[in-house]
Amino acid sequence: MAFRSILSENGGFTGSPDPPEFFVDLGLDRIIDAVTSGKQEYGLKPYFHAPLTDTGSVAYRQEIFRDLDGQELIGCVEEFARGMRAMRDSLALAGKLSYLYQKESLFLEAIIIYCEAVHGLARALSVASIKSRGFSAFRDFLSAYASSGRFTALYEEAKNIRDELSAIKYSIVIKDSTIKVRHYGSEPDYGAELEQAFEKFSQGSVKDYLVKLPEHVEMSHVEAKILEFVALLYPETFKRLNDYYVKNRDFLDETISAFDREVQFYVAYLGHIKKFKDKGLNFCYPQISNPGKDVFVRDGFDLALADKLMGGPAIVCNDFYLEGRERVIVVTGPNQGGKTTFARSFGQLHYLASLGCPVPGREARLFICDRLFTHFEKREDIKGSGGKLQDDLARVFDIIGRATPDSIIILNEIFTSTTLDDAIFLSRKVMERIEGLDLLCVWVTFIDELSVFSEKTVSMVSVVDALDPAKRTFKVVRKPADGLAYAISIAEKYRLTYKFLKERLGHESIPHA
Amino acid sequence: MKAFLMHKGRSFDAGRPLPWNEKHLTQDLELTTLFSAMARGDGFLLDVARKAVLASVHNSPEDILYRQGVLKDCLRNPEAVRSIYGIVVEAIECEKKIYWGFFSWYPSAILDRSVEVLQMYAKELKRLRDIADRCSGQFASEGFVALFEMLKRELSDEYLAAIEEHLKALRFRDGVLASAELGRGNKGTNYVLRRPYAIKQGWLERVFGRKAPVYSYTIAERDEAGARALSELRDRCINQAANALARSCDHIHGFFSMLRMELAFYIGCLNLYERLALLGEPACFPVPAGVEERRHSFKGLYDVCLALARDERVVGNDLSADGRALIVITGANQGGKSTFLRSIGLAQLMMQSGMFVAAEHFSANVCDGIFTHYRREEDATMSHGKLEEELGRMSDIVDHITPNPLLLFNESFAATNEREGSEIAGQIMAALMEARVKAFFVTHMYGFARSLYEKNAGDMIFLRAERKNDGERTYRLIEGEPLQTSYGKDLYVKMTLDDVSKKNK
Repeated sequence: MAFRSILSENGGFTGSPDPPEFFVDLGLDRIIDAVTSGKQEYGLKPYFHAPLTDTGSVAYRQEIFRDLDGQELIGCVEEFARGMRAMRDSLALAGKLSYLYQKESLFLEAIIIYCEAVHGLARALSVASIKSRGFSAFRDFLSAYASSGRFTALYEEAKNIRDELSAIKYSIVIKDSTIKVRHYGSEPDYGAELEQAFEKFSQGSVKDYLVKLPEHVEMSHVEAKILEFVALLYPETFKRLNDYYVKNRDFLDETISAFDREVQFYVAYLGHIKKFKDKGLNFCYPQISNPGKDVFVRDGFDLALADKLMGGPAIVCNDFYLEGRERVIVVTGPNQGGKTTFARSFGQLHYLASLGCPVPGREARLFICDRLFTHFEKREDIKGSGGKLQDDLARVFDIIGRATPDSIIILNEIFTSTTLDDAIFLSRKVMERIEGLDLLCVWVTFIDELSVFSEKTVSMVSVVDALDPAKRTFKVVRKPADGLAYAISIAEKYRLTYKFLKERLGHESIPHA
Repeated sequence: MKAFLMHKGRSFDAGRPLPWNEKHLTQDLELTTLFSAMARGDGFLLDVARKAVLASVHNSPEDILYRQGVLKDCLRNPEAVRSIYGIVVEAIECEKKIYWGFFSWYPSAILDRSVEVLQMYAKELKRLRDIADRCSGQFASEGFVALFEMLKRELSDEYLAAIEEHLKALRFRDGVLASAELGRGNKGTNYVLRRPYAIKQGWLERVFGRKAPVYSYTIAERDEAGARALSELRDRCINQAANALARSCDHIHGFFSMLRMELAFYIGCLNLYERLALLGEPACFPVPAGVEERRHSFKGLYDVCLALARDERVVGNDLSADGRALIVITGANQGGKSTFLRSIGLAQLMMQSGMFVAAEHFSANVCDGIFTHYRREEDATMSHGKLEEELGRMSDIVDHITPNPLLLFNESFAATNEREGSEIAGQIMAALMEARVKAFFVTHMYGFARSLYEKNAGDMIFLRAERKNDGERTYRLIEGEPLQTSYGKDLYVKMTLDDVSKKNK
């Protein structure tokens, strides 16, 4: 198989410059910001904006992730990336310098770094345990490239010139405003002689007086003059350097350059999730349920929230599953109990899976959808024309209109701005449409009735601590909606139940005079 | 190049931690008075005296005799020793005065200053050598003989001449010669200052043949950037050598500092000795015994701090307490008990530090720890009761106690009633004596003293402040069993009389 791209088997994958609509709702903006931070130079975000919709492409990437994940290979790829970055830095510096002998030296440096990076990676790939189609094809490509005559010549000549240059040693004499340059005459190191002459007085270690002189690569015109003289002392070497510079301007291979950028998609993501793994959180490669819709996760969590909680309280992991004809998870329960987090996590899991990435969770089977829709309650927009309810409805109908049986919809607290009766009525209508489409859906709502809508709905509830009902557990479990039980337990806690109130009022009631 | 005047074969370690109880020792034995007399207003001498005396619990009889030898040389040759010390101090002081300038972060400024410092050092080193040539014959101690030999050997005429050669070369009359290589971006790097071959002309041709090319470039007169670049380049060339020279100066400075450190204690001893001689007070070199022995005998031992503070001769005491573990002192208030106790502590520290002792004769075993437990007049912390505070300090001492310590108790555990105090003190002392400590205990707790007296199996001595029949105190201590009263009545009567006599005036 010929190598085309590490991101897709057939090549031509460029991603999408803009994020999908639901990015902010699902906290994916924060996740991807964190994943790509420090890697801005690669422009990786477009890759993370473009979910895959066919399972074959997902599998291609999962294989590559597995090859890199926790293996030595990722270290080799990072080493290669450091080399490529250093090469770009050297070339950029060469572009900025004004004296030709300096430009040429940095150009030479860039090529040597490039060649070493290529060699290093080729060597590493040749011994690495590679199972993915992507890396196998790239290994074959790289091996052929690194042993090609053109590449070998490029590298060997560069090293020769470099060695000649670094073997050059010359002497200068500075007297008043004149400087003389000539061959080095093996005179003794005077600093060393001084050190030796007075060493015997030493009573122990003393301070270092070596002045840290600025080490920028740019030269003054005096230094440039000296370099000219040195070039006259060693004319052959400098001629070879110049010839090399002229001949090899387009040394960089396009495929390698593209690989360098694209492989960072994997490196960046694995780098990001490592800190959570180190904290004991699990990631897994999800099975793909398509064409079926039996999905589940064990110990899944909200990756954006986990990042926020880093170093703070441990994040709560949750499970869910849908099997048989089950399609819709209706989440009810106390506010601030983790319902939104659960819904966001459901969306993140499916989105990350569709990028081909490992997902937060111990074990998972997920559905690769054609489109993902979210509707999260937003603060009422004062400028909105028709009021919140109308906006909500318009948005929901827009989603339902565009959704297919292979889509996923996540709804979070819609229709909160109308009466309960209205809300129940509208919700039932929407639910009918959703069930009609037979698509996967998570719906966070205060309307308990939705949880028993049909055989396709599943009820999940954010639970409270039995001992302290006001304490949040952020645990969301599969069980019948029980909003009332919760309300009573809170009331008991605050001693506001009938029994409590009778008792309290009985003791405290003092007739008004 | 070392001078081992304080220890045989090793330098004096001024950084060695002082005993944990140095504050108590200093306060209880009034050591500040002793140190001040040794220092004569010199802070450095004060510091070294303090460290040498307080850290002396680590010294063995051999260490003590080694220092006694050096000190005897000093007492015989005070002028020579003081002039060596003077040279050393002058070198250190002059170095401080040589200006670093505004540009001390440039190698050229570092080099220039170092050359100036080295010039000054060369002069002082020569003076040291001259004294060694002149006076070495008058010294007999191992420490000084080795010092003078070292000075003569290391500061030979050839060596001093070599220093002059370096000073000349460092003026760079013929320019700065350096080698360089090509670094990143073909920019010159690894500049190393080179010493030109002494061949005057044509040496280059000899090395490279007749046609060795030399290219030359002169900065135009108004090219300020060029001039700056050239001076930067010169700095690069001399950076390492400037570092080497500055470090060399520091090494020589270290050598002078080391000499100053090794000599300072003896200068302090000289100062103290001369002061006591003026007072007509005796001083003797004590005879130290091994740490396992129990020896304590002296004649005419006086409180050197009292003599210094009063600036007059004070009464001395005699004691023969070899083989004894506990010396209990009872008797009249203001009868010289505290003074006696202090003289014991001072003599022990002075002996162990290698000094002479304020006595006509003194011999004692060395101790590996010296502890004072004095009743404090006030409790500074206010958080404890007085007895609690005292017991707390006692507990600290027990935490730090060594196998062969000397303990000095002054009215300890008397912060409660006598019966309780006696019981506490009795139990503490019984345990301590079984641990083979040596202790001096000043107390007016009759019950405690009496019970010890009755238990005495020949390992204790009981002393009493002498009181003549007419009630007059001699400040002398005599051997005698504890008596019921401490003659507070006498004191009361005397104070009343003083009052009357003042009124009569």
